Amino acid sequence: MGLLDRLRQGLSKTRARVAEGLRAVLPFGRKIDEGVLTDLEKALLSADMGPAMVARTIDGVRSAWKRGAVKEAQDVIPHVKSELAAMWTDDDRRIRLAPSGPTVIFVTGVNGSGKTTSVAKLAKYFKDQGKNVVLGACDTFRAAAVAQLTEWSGRIGVQIVKHQQGADPGAVAYDACEAAVARHADILLLDTAGRLHTQDHLMRELSKIHKVVERKIPGAPHEVLLVLDATIGQNAINQARVFGECVSVTGIFLAKLDGSAKGGVVMGIREQLGVPVKFVGLGETPDDVAPFDPGVFVDALFE
Amino acid sequence: MFETLTQRLGDIFGSLRGRGRITEDNVAEAMRAVRTALLEADVHVDVAADFCRTVQEKAIGAEVIKTLKPDQVVVKIVHDELVALMGPVDPRIPYASPGPTVILMAGLQGSGKTTTCGKLARMMLSHGKRPMMVAADLKRPAAIDQLEVLGQQVGVPVHAERGVQNPVKVCRNGIAEAKKLDRDVVILDTAGRLAIDDELMDEIAKVASTTTPHQIYLVLDAMTGQDAVATAKAFNERLEIDGLILTKFDSDTRGGAALSAKKVIGKPIKFMGVGEKLDALEPFHPDRIAGRILGMGDILSLVEKAQQQFDAVEAATLEKRMKSGQFSLDDFVHHMRKVRQMGSLKDIMKKIPGMGGQVEDMDIDDGELTRMEAIVMSMTTRERQNPSIIDAGRRRRIARGSGNDTEDVSAVVKTFLQTRDAMKRMAGMSMMQRMRFGSQLANMGAAGGSMPKLKSSSGVSRRVLSKKDRRKRRKR
Ligand SMILES: Nc1nc2c(ncn2[C@@H]2O[C@H](COP(=O)(O)OP(=O)(O)OP(=O)(O)O)[C@@H](O)[C@H]2O)c(=O)[nH]1
Ligand SMILES: Nc1nc2c(ncn2[C@@H]2O[C@H](COP(=O)(O)OP(=O)(O)OP(=O)(O)O)[C@@H](O)[C@H]2O)c(=O)[nH]1
Ligand SMILES: [Mg+2]
Ligand SMILES: [Mg+2]
Repeated sequence: MGLLDRLRQGLSKTRARVAEGLRAVLPFGRKIDEGVLTDLEKALLSADMGPAMVARTIDGVRSAWKRGAVKEAQDVIPHVKSELAAMWTDDDRRIRLAPSGPTVIFVTGVNGSGKTTSVAKLAKYFKDQGKNVVLGACDTFRAAAVAQLTEWSGRIGVQIVKHQQGADPGAVAYDACEAAVARHADILLLDTAGRLHTQDHLMRELSKIHKVVERKIPGAPHEVLLVLDATIGQNAINQARVFGECVSVTGIFLAKLDGSAKGGVVMGIREQLGVPVKFVGLGETPDDVAPFDPGVFVDALFE
Repeated sequence: MFETLTQRLGDIFGSLRGRGRITEDNVAEAMRAVRTALLEADVHVDVAADFCRTVQEKAIGAEVIKTLKPDQVVVKIVHDELVALMGPVDPRIPYASPGPTVILMAGLQGSGKTTTCGKLARMMLSHGKRPMMVAADLKRPAAIDQLEVLGQQVGVPVHAERGVQNPVKVCRNGIAEAKKLDRDVVILDTAGRLAIDDELMDEIAKVASTTTPHQIYLVLDAMTGQDAVATAKAFNERLEIDGLILTKFDSDTRGGAALSAKKVIGKPIKFMGVGEKLDALEPFHPDRIAGRILGMGDILSLVEKAQQQFDAVEAATLEKRMKSGQFSLDDFVHHMRKVRQMGSLKDIMKKIPGMGGQVEDMDIDDGELTRMEAIVMSMTTRERQNPSIIDAGRRRRIARGSGNDTEDVSAVVKTFLQTRDAMKRMAGMSMMQRMRFGSQLANMGAAGGSMPKLKSSSGVSRRVLSKKDRRKRRKR
């Protein structure tokens, strides 16, 4: 099954529900009026797009309607969809690879968002492309975090660099970088401990780990992925801002998109902070990953 | 810039100062502001709509009492309504007798179930209970190890069966073992699952029907958005939840998920998780979370944090000195030091009512406090007791002694005098009055005026500038 199909399948669970809701709201042939817009507003709010972003979207529809660009209710969804999908450029999904030596992907985010599992998924994703992958277990804090990543490395069949629980995560990053270079790895994936963006000391620690990587491998980390749980609300914007300031986030890994939540807050993040989504997580196995597809994502908000 | 509801309502009611009754017209606009605030705080759309209806009814015709402005009346109605909706709280755990009391933990992936098991076990030990945990998450890699580590940390046994597939059996065996070991509470940790995953929902329903837990808790991430309602509903329909536990409230989430989930399933919020460590479990505080949802800041937890730093006697003395205006520069520095022990200035300011959003845009340098301290340390005892004697000559000496400019010395003295004045006024106030006063101060700051304590007209204020201000400054 192709990745796109997999993504579609993952999303279809929720899609059916939304479809019913929205089709009831926007039946064929209904003339657009403020009532239609109110219903559309509610649908977008329910997808966690946030009041400000939704208000702008609705204003866009309203002016398109006044301009005559949309006339009937059935034109509204295609119009909004194309507007929202257009926010994401092709360049957004490009993964920056090292011209030579290992490409370092630094994975971070708040507690429980899905970092470790996403690292496993990316390891599988790149391994399936024939790449030589090494993992670095820089979460030395949470109970059994090292054991968790070790188990994934074994199941997927990739190498792992790890220290004991409680060790200095910077030292793990250092060793992982050395190992990646020495073993001619193509991809080094660094898992880090979950931390809230409000915990200054932990953010300082994160920036320290990041600096170790920068110093160890010129040009690294090539990608800094912020893992967001698709159920997250508007707080994700603060997260993206603060993590962005701390470690220059290059993209989002939107995990748990197989649930009933739609992760609409990434729209606001794209708009306000310019941070794109690069991958989506669609389940708990290492195969449940796909590159972000704006069309499919936006479809899932409506269909 | 993020505008707090308090400010927004202030604008809406700006023309309606003084006495009178709130009319339907101004309430309608106010309700739009309330709705936006709720949505920004992740309150569910439907819950927000219901909420606004209730508040609207209460607000129309509410008398604008002498001391309060209409915006404050509305804020108070909203606040009280939020508190009422999120309460009542009951952090007790109803232990069964004869035991063991069986507690089942359920929730989405990564919400904090396993960690919360450890926290509950720790709390129960302090209640004189003898808990045991059961590792019934057989899916996530190293889930058993995780619970075992937590068990060691708190010192409670963990029942685990490696290499088996059936969580129902593990739970049943766990309870049997607890009886054998004479443990009086059994906490069942389960795998995370999506509410729409029928197979796994069937599985946990089966665990529940087989083990007939005395309490079933839904563990929910406080940062959850609109999905909190769907998830809470689905889990409640399958499991008949007894209570909610909201985790990760140590983040700066506005916390609308707590309100929404509580509202739709009507089950009490038992606890909130406020950190990764195992002692970071607290009874739920509706008033604090109401303040957060309103963007008023979490003043109560600030007060509590302050209380940890000041012992009661010291606080009483301070209060007396504040009232009588005898608060000296020595006290000031002492106070500042205590304040610094509470965390970074930014952390603290985030909790001041009305400051929440603005702090993000500020560049606050904790080094200023060090400088203030150095300046005060260069003063004589007499100067510290009575800064009004500091003339130009003394100012120069102090500046030289502390390695600063004379302007900096003046600024510190000025800030101190403003603080003393503010404290004197605050000393006699109730908590509600203090909150209001605090937000007035914050508003003054936002309007470009001076905010006593942190923002004075020169020197000290230098690094307490918004980014916009700094940009302006650079242009000059
Ligand atoms: N349904 C679903 N579950 C996921 C997905 N990604 C991760 N999970 C689950 O979410 C839970 C937490 O995942 P982890 O990878 O441990 O999260 P983490 O961010 O590393 O957590 P900490 O290291 O504790 O901060 C686990 O139960 C995962 O199986 C996904 O895309 N879909
Ligand atoms: N900051 C903070 N972190 C928390 C809190 N509660 C749990 N965590 C963290 O959240 C992450 C996930 O916690 P777990 O206890 O593993 O979550 P879970 O629900 O058991 O996850 P699964 O079993 O994978 O579904 C871990 O990194 C915990 O340390 C809290 O109140 N505050
Ligand atoms: Mg992890
Ligand atoms: Mg768990």
